[in-house]
Amino acid sequence: MAVYRRTYTSYAGTLTPGWSRCLVLFRYSRRNLFRSKLQTTLFVLCFFYPLLCLMGIYLAHNLSFLERFGAASQIGRIDSRFFFVFISVQGTLAFVLTAFAGPGLISPDIANGALPLYFCRPFSRAEYVLGKASVLAILLSQITWIPGLVLFGVQSSLAGAAWTSDHLWIAGSIVLSSLIWISILSLLAMALSAWVKWKVVAGALLLAVMFFGAGFGQAINAVMRTHAGYFFDITYLMTTVWTSLFRMDNERFITSGEAWIALLAYCGMCLALLVRKVRAYEVIG
Amino acid sequence: MSTAIQSGVAEGSNEQAAAAPRPPVIELQNLCVRFGKREILNNLACTLGGRAIGLLGPNGAGKSTLINTLLGFYKPCSGSARVLGYDIRSETRRIRSLVGYMPENDAFISKMSAVSYVQMMAELSGLPPAAALERAHEALFCVGLAEARYRELGTYSLGMKQLAKLAQAIAHGPKLLILDEPTNGLDPSARQRMTRMIRDIRDSRQLQIVLCSHLLRDVEDTCEEVLILKQGRIAHYSNLEEERKANKRFLELETYDTNSDFIEAIEKLGCECAVTANRVKMILVDGVEIRDIYRLAAEREVRIRRLNFRRDTLEDIFLKAMES
Repeated sequence: MAVYRRTYTSYAGTLTPGWSRCLVLFRYSRRNLFRSKLQTTLFVLCFFYPLLCLMGIYLAHNLSFLERFGAASQIGRIDSRFFFVFISVQGTLAFVLTAFAGPGLISPDIANGALPLYFCRPFSRAEYVLGKASVLAILLSQITWIPGLVLFGVQSSLAGAAWTSDHLWIAGSIVLSSLIWISILSLLAMALSAWVKWKVVAGALLLAVMFFGAGFGQAINAVMRTHAGYFFDITYLMTTVWTSLFRMDNERFITSGEAWIALLAYCGMCLALLVRKVRAYEVIG
Repeated sequence: MSTAIQSGVAEGSNEQAAAAPRPPVIELQNLCVRFGKREILNNLACTLGGRAIGLLGPNGAGKSTLINTLLGFYKPCSGSARVLGYDIRSETRRIRSLVGYMPENDAFISKMSAVSYVQMMAELSGLPPAAALERAHEALFCVGLAEARYRELGTYSLGMKQLAKLAQAIAHGPKLLILDEPTNGLDPSARQRMTRMIRDIRDSRQLQIVLCSHLLRDVEDTCEEVLILKQGRIAHYSNLEEERKANKRFLELETYDTNSDFIEAIEKLGCECAVTANRVKMILVDGVEIRDIYRLAAEREVRIRRLNFRRDTLEDIFLKAMES
């Protein structure tokens, strides 16, 4: 027998500002993400290469230490190529991390019909997407441009002011190249997550878009004897943009301008898919 | 926690709120909603202001569409509507901050405990984390899920999920609670518990309720006003509370045979009649007594089988509205 009954009472306390509501979603989604041990392990593994790079930078400035082991010649120069390789490796890891973390962001909400619960509150669709995207954006930032800037900072402090002023553009390239890759990955993962109810299928689809896109592009290039197929290969487009940002002289089959436009078009397409799907109820006309 | 009616969302003091006339809960002004070429809601116009309003209608009548339109999920193609005095086109965010909504279908996050789920929803409504956690516990106590509040929602039974949905709808202390088919899929005892809870919330007088259902019993048990929809139009509006209070004399007659002459004669006396098969339901107006009815029956050789006083149940009102 109940000893007392609790009845409904209204709320008369203070409210949080409207702009902070998407942070609620970020907080809960991130907590949910790190409940997976696999996800946490993967995230930790993403810091091994930056640590290796850090050691590389340190050793490059302490050649006398390496000379004792006769390995001084094996350490390369710390220049734009070094950071280009760093971003390429971390970008690949970011993709792997997204394939695990991204599909679980929106699909469970759609599968369990939770979207009306979010949108019946003073919380817009844009805030929802922003809240979910910020989970991936911050996660991927932690393994791309943030360690990239740390490495740049360490290199600057060891190499001196002259090197820093000559290579300051590399810092900008690190941030810009990471941000475009993070945007593409986040939007793509969320769009697929919104359209496919099953987490595993959404993850597989993300891999398929990347790898089959590349294969499809190659097939078009081979059959039609053109370079237009590269527009279907997101990784190629991204590498083209990175190559130009890091001022590398690698030969590319499309210009960086074209790659930028194609990547922005992909972002636009993903946003359109999200706008179409992220709504309280779907209207069938 | 305060028991004042003022919601954290509303601006102004309690005194001001008490002094100002309370706006109607729902005002529909020729509201039309269309999905593609299909007209779902057609020219709805009415004002509803009771403590508990029932939206009734058969499946596909447009009840849920009306609720979703009021919440801003669907855009009206013409006309307008106001909820608690706020326009659904331009003040959607304001409306949503005052409303608690319990959707019809399953709506939960499976990998979350009930308390985290309700807390998150309260936080999204604007409560600070600590207050949201406190309110989540209280809401779950209130709906009777106290013992199971740390369990994952995915492990809940259908009845428990319904209660969790109710908890998230009331956790942030809304001014208006919209319940879309709250007793869907519940067994009789769970249904009774749910309607009792809705009545308790209604009787706390701290918020108003809009209950959408096709189950007459639920609406009759909990609501004061009823809006019956049929094929996207208003089929009937009834203030149950006023009808219950009104000093009308309802009479039900059962005859062995129907006689249109007899009905016409009763109507000539000024009595409103409703005929179904051999049954005649009428409201006796002042000055008309039962002996007048007996006299008319004798004159027209109508054999009365049974005669008793009664009033229209919601079922009668609903059936009449559907027949009209």
